[in-house]
Amino acid sequence: MSADSQTQSVQHERFKETVLHSIHLESNARMVPFGGWDMPVQYTSGIIAEVSAVRNTAGMFDVSHMGRLEFEGVGAESFLSSILSANLPALKIGRGKYNFICNTAGGIIDDAMVYRTGEEKFLLVINAGNTEVDMEWIDSHIAGRSDFTLTVTTGDTAMIAIQGPTAVNIVDSLSNGEASKIRRFRLGSAVVDGIPATLARTGYTGEDGFEIIVAANRGVKLWKALRTAGAIECGLGARDVLRLEAGLPLHGNDLSTETNPFEAGLGRYAYFGASNYVARTALRSISESELPRALVGLKMVGRGIPRAGLKILAGGSSSANDTNVIGTVTSGTHSPTVDGGIGMGYVEQNHSAIGTPLVIDVRGRLVEAEVVDMPFYKRS
Amino acid sequence: MYPDDLKYSKEHEWVRMDGNVAEVGVTVFAQESLGDVVFVDLPDVGSEIKQFAKFGEIESVKAVSDLFSPVGGKIVAVNTAATETPEVVNAEPYGAGWLVKVELSGTAQLDELMNASSYEATLE
Repeated sequence: MSADSQTQSVQHERFKETVLHSIHLESNARMVPFGGWDMPVQYTSGIIAEVSAVRNTAGMFDVSHMGRLEFEGVGAESFLSSILSANLPALKIGRGKYNFICNTAGGIIDDAMVYRTGEEKFLLVINAGNTEVDMEWIDSHIAGRSDFTLTVTTGDTAMIAIQGPTAVNIVDSLSNGEASKIRRFRLGSAVVDGIPATLARTGYTGEDGFEIIVAANRGVKLWKALRTAGAIECGLGARDVLRLEAGLPLHGNDLSTETNPFEAGLGRYAYFGASNYVARTALRSISESELPRALVGLKMVGRGIPRAGLKILAGGSSSANDTNVIGTVTSGTHSPTVDGGIGMGYVEQNHSAIGTPLVIDVRGRLVEAEVVDMPFYKRS
Repeated sequence: MYPDDLKYSKEHEWVRMDGNVAEVGVTVFAQESLGDVVFVDLPDVGSEIKQFAKFGEIESVKAVSDLFSPVGGKIVAVNTAATETPEVVNAEPYGAGWLVKVELSGTAQLDELMNASSYEATLE
């Protein structure tokens, strides 16, 4: 075996730690650097068992590394409209919307969730690894505006995602049934195990559940309460499998400044109606043009696992010549739920129809694959 | 964790000798580092492999790793249990989770391998 898998845990001290870091170590989690943070990739039962817990009962994830920004003031809505692909005037209090932070060319700087938490108050949740880049982008567009305040609450709060068919019941059992009153994609407040909490009924696994935000110093108490109530500790490894099975893209893999929401098949989340949105002209133009490529779901027909960076060849290709290359895998894994190799990748438009045969160059081995509809898994 | 009757390579493979044939697998350290093994790619019976050269791939949910053969020679058997039910490599790395059997090209190469205590010392 090569030593690749052992090189991940060097120089932990360079990485930030969430308030739950010590509990991950107590639970013997395997820690890895992720987006500038030292995070659990898996606990002792392993990724497959953790995926199974989320699909069959409930799993929980430390997502405190994700960036949390609060915007408040009379100008908050118009400012956020200038940088997010969301129709904010139509977003009611207590509701959330998936959206993109796009640059002026329509490239995706980050994908995000925005919630309206008050008449003039918003919560923006962004990817941990993009927090610095996002903040630079936001700062450059604030440009002297003083009609709202921006508070970074990432360090002041802990955020725990609990996901799976029994997740809502578990949180209900700790909140006198208050949690389940919050409906899908909405946000509300409840007292969970005596802890005042903000709950968003959202997630990144394809299952029902909550993302729960509490004061940083209550994070460990909430983690332990959820664990005692039946939630299984899950790491980033399971989270990546779950989001891929659910057909959800990951920024840095499937989305980047070199891709736009339309070719990623996410045009419905790319609202460009706000007159001051910096990507308005670009996104409108892209939406009206023929797209040269598309992000598709990939399923292996032959033996093998698609991995990010592997070349996609036209169906029937018997060599990996450049002339046969029609795309690139951007995410891939072994899916325990569908029991096979699955992935996502960009392919030329005329190879993107569901059922199109493809060949993936798995480090020199040409393996048959096909374009399939996403999600790979849908909860019943 | 590291049986005394086996020989070990620094790439975390083990060898069990039976006459001139070496049974080859990965160590407990390897399977634990990998996590859940979900895919194993091995060469065909009859192919020749070189000592310490790549002879296959082993994949966990997260990552791909190369397999380096601790011995050189001719593949005389491939464990289809490992290719068809890769989790056996996690469950029984020294037993049902063996990978290939190799007819040795020469026995001097065994001197290049470690005994259990020397191997275990490399893990610290």
